[in-house]
Amino acid sequence: MATITLKLNNKSHIIDADPKMPLLWAIRDLVGLTGTKYGCGIAQCGACTVHLEGKPVRSCSIPVSVAANKNVTTIEGLSSDNSDVVQRAWILEQVPQCGYCQSGQIMAASALLKSKPNPSDKDIDMAMQGHICRCGTYPRIRKAIKKAAQLMAQK
Amino acid sequence: METTDRNLSRRNFIKISGLTGTALTLGIGFSASGKDMAIVRASSAETTSIEVNAWISIDTQGKVTIINHRSEMGQGSFQSVPQMIAEELEVSLDQVNIVFAPGNGRRYGSQVTGGSSTIRGSYQKLLRLGASARHMLIETAAKRWGVAAGDCYAENGEVIHKALGKKLNYGDLVTEAAKLEPPKEVKLKNPKDYKIIRKPLPRQDTPTKVNGKAIFGLDFKLPGMLYAVVERSPRFQGKVVKFDDSETRKVPGVKFVLKVNRDEFDNMREGVAVVATNTWAAIQGRKVLKVEWDDSAFPHHNSEELYAKMRELVKGDPISFRTMGNTAKTFAKAEKKVEATYETPYESHSCMEPLNCVANVTDDKCEIWGPIQGPDWIQQNICGHLKLPPEKVIVNMTFLGGGFGRKAFTDYPYEAVMISKEIKAPVQVVWTREDDMTIGPFRPGMVYQCKGVVTEGGRIGSFETKISGQNMDLQNPGADKSAYNSSDTEGFLEGYFNSIPHYSFGDSPLDSPIPVMWWRSVYASTNAFAFESFLDELAVKAEKDPLDFRRQHLSERYQLLIDKLEAVSNWKARKKNEGLPAEASAKVGYGVAITECFSSIVGEVVKVSRDTLGKVKIDKVWAVMDCGWYVNPDIIKAQIEGSIIMALGASTKHETTFKDGKAVERNFDSYKMPRIQDTPEIEIYVMDNEEKAGGVGEPALPPFTPALTNAIFDLTGKRIRKLPFSLDSIA
Ligand code: FES
Ligand code: FES
Repeated sequence: MATITLKLNNKSHIIDADPKMPLLWAIRDLVGLTGTKYGCGIAQCGACTVHLEGKPVRSCSIPVSVAANKNVTTIEGLSSDNSDVVQRAWILEQVPQCGYCQSGQIMAASALLKSKPNPSDKDIDMAMQGHICRCGTYPRIRKAIKKAAQLMAQK
Repeated sequence: METTDRNLSRRNFIKISGLTGTALTLGIGFSASGKDMAIVRASSAETTSIEVNAWISIDTQGKVTIINHRSEMGQGSFQSVPQMIAEELEVSLDQVNIVFAPGNGRRYGSQVTGGSSTIRGSYQKLLRLGASARHMLIETAAKRWGVAAGDCYAENGEVIHKALGKKLNYGDLVTEAAKLEPPKEVKLKNPKDYKIIRKPLPRQDTPTKVNGKAIFGLDFKLPGMLYAVVERSPRFQGKVVKFDDSETRKVPGVKFVLKVNRDEFDNMREGVAVVATNTWAAIQGRKVLKVEWDDSAFPHHNSEELYAKMRELVKGDPISFRTMGNTAKTFAKAEKKVEATYETPYESHSCMEPLNCVANVTDDKCEIWGPIQGPDWIQQNICGHLKLPPEKVIVNMTFLGGGFGRKAFTDYPYEAVMISKEIKAPVQVVWTREDDMTIGPFRPGMVYQCKGVVTEGGRIGSFETKISGQNMDLQNPGADKSAYNSSDTEGFLEGYFNSIPHYSFGDSPLDSPIPVMWWRSVYASTNAFAFESFLDELAVKAEKDPLDFRRQHLSERYQLLIDKLEAVSNWKARKKNEGLPAEASAKVGYGVAITECFSSIVGEVVKVSRDTLGKVKIDKVWAVMDCGWYVNPDIIKAQIEGSIIMALGASTKHETTFKDGKAVERNFDSYKMPRIQDTPEIEIYVMDNEEKAGGVGEPALPPFTPALTNAIFDLTGKRIRKLPFSLDSIA
């Protein structure tokens, strides 16, 4: 066990954890933020995606010690009032069905749009192919990413 | 919006909904026999034998609270139920607060979300409920103004008398209205006056699903709650001989290791639970747990053996379900006939949210929270096992991260309850993805043998299907194995039974220890592949256009759908690639399939082509759904998109296979899911009519696969009769 400082959404949390514990479980069970989801545990589904220093990563496959003292952003940190442009686009296009995969999808889309404010279909395929949606919301995810790009351009 | 965590007596309902007592609360009451249904006031229900299910309540502020009796697993009942009530009540949706109903069979009628029945089963009752409240409010206002009720109308939460220029808010009327008897008969609105129903209104749960606030089962936490993972018999029916937990107990955070049972179709299945202070510690503890299983009492099947057995079984005499005429004789003497065998795989539900459940059992009470499709079944099951009365067993539904049939089942809550009872603490049982994918129950694998005859005139002369696969109803101890399977025809258009002179449907069930269960659209999900592929083969034999071939057997409702499908997919011009050289036409293929289940009819056309490398790709899918009376077209569209993509996965990406009695595919690295880049363009239409409401969550799944394989036949001349297949493998 080790004492680790986690910087989640600009807030520091001091936790006592096995340094090998995946960041995912530290966020969910030790800090208690449950927006980040468990889907596979082996970096196959993307449900657990968070930003580590601004880059999308699979929190199920990163030991919590690696994230210590670094800036981690979860879905809760994007905005809690849905003012973020990706969240707005997701609502406008009515993307979620069950909603379980959507935190991860949104975190991936948000990272994509930061590096490519006007992504092509190919770019979207590349950025989102690691994310499973069992409900099959893919057509709407694509639309929503394009919508978010539009909203960003209008600003 | 909140998830209730209390039992729903009337008083509690009032507390939950934040009402202070003076309110108009109407419910659907059931008599003790459960047969008669009436709309009643909460107050009068307390003094009669009628048990109220408090559905709606309007407080003195005019705020409306609706109890949603169905679980929300993605199919949008969160939206559809209030949309119906708000329409008849004449309020806007933002005046409405929605609360999930805890499990209580007597209070709500069946709550199991399955068979696409949320709207199908309850829409007339829900409409009547809203209309009754509106009627009572209008009555009250009219009395106060001294005018005829017929001269008043309701709109946007107010009763209005136009000529007098008077208006009263519902909140000002509820106290008096609550004293009136609910009307015996109410007039429902004409669909053409709908303002909320039939509109693609945004779902109210969406905002909480884009910021991490929606609480799914796995997100639910109680103070002092522990986390458990369970090592279950990988061969399903194994018994624990002994286990060695010496290493497990050394893992920091591990608190308990104990044997636990789970109730699977009334059979006790065994496991060993590792309980810890966090999920990961429990997973780590289980990794070093050594369990010795006795699995000598049952066969350890391989997939090859299972299918060889089924191929044998379809040759024998089936247990007949539905027949007409004499298919055997007709087939024997026919000139134009076709015979084919189709095979479909076992599948895992693989909901995005793996199974999980929180239970807290105290001395005299048991409370459960989880992603649950069938709260009243679970309540009943737990009451029986713990010998507790229903009011002591409270089942709370969270959001479900997918259900698809799996979460209607009582085994995983049962297991959580038993662990909590034993350790005397609240516990969350977490199924890892590997547990979720390998323990089942699964969609059963199937083999279909079809024999058909085409008449001189190019019609179907005879249609026979023999099915083999595990029957989902035969898993309880003492099940009657000679019983026919009434789902043998699921997916087949009802209309064909009136026009095919000889038909026969029957099954020869396969026996196996593998547990099986409903999977989105149940038997139709596999039946339809056989039926609709075979119809296509018959159409080829008859040398008829596949749409015309079907159309000649069907009545008007089906024909309207076929006309629509033909028009939107530009079916008639499908082979004319205008302006392109003749070879271009040879490079596209079109296939159609039309199926019926849960009282809805869906037709789909798939267009395929070859890409520059010669590989087959899906260019487009057109879907037309006739689900009769419906509520929200956008939710229907979402369900159709999802159904098509789920079918795409089951036909071209994944299957569960078995080796030495164990499921082989353990996670998404081997059980491959369709991804965003695999998703074709999908164009959707919903038929407008006033037929009875049918299901929308499942019926669009069955036609996709046969429409796809029929299109591939059209393109390549190659018939695909075994699923899954890889699009890349088509030469
Ligand atoms: S849970 Fe991390 S990728 Fe699936
Ligand atoms: S919305 Fe259900 S898994 Fe994506």
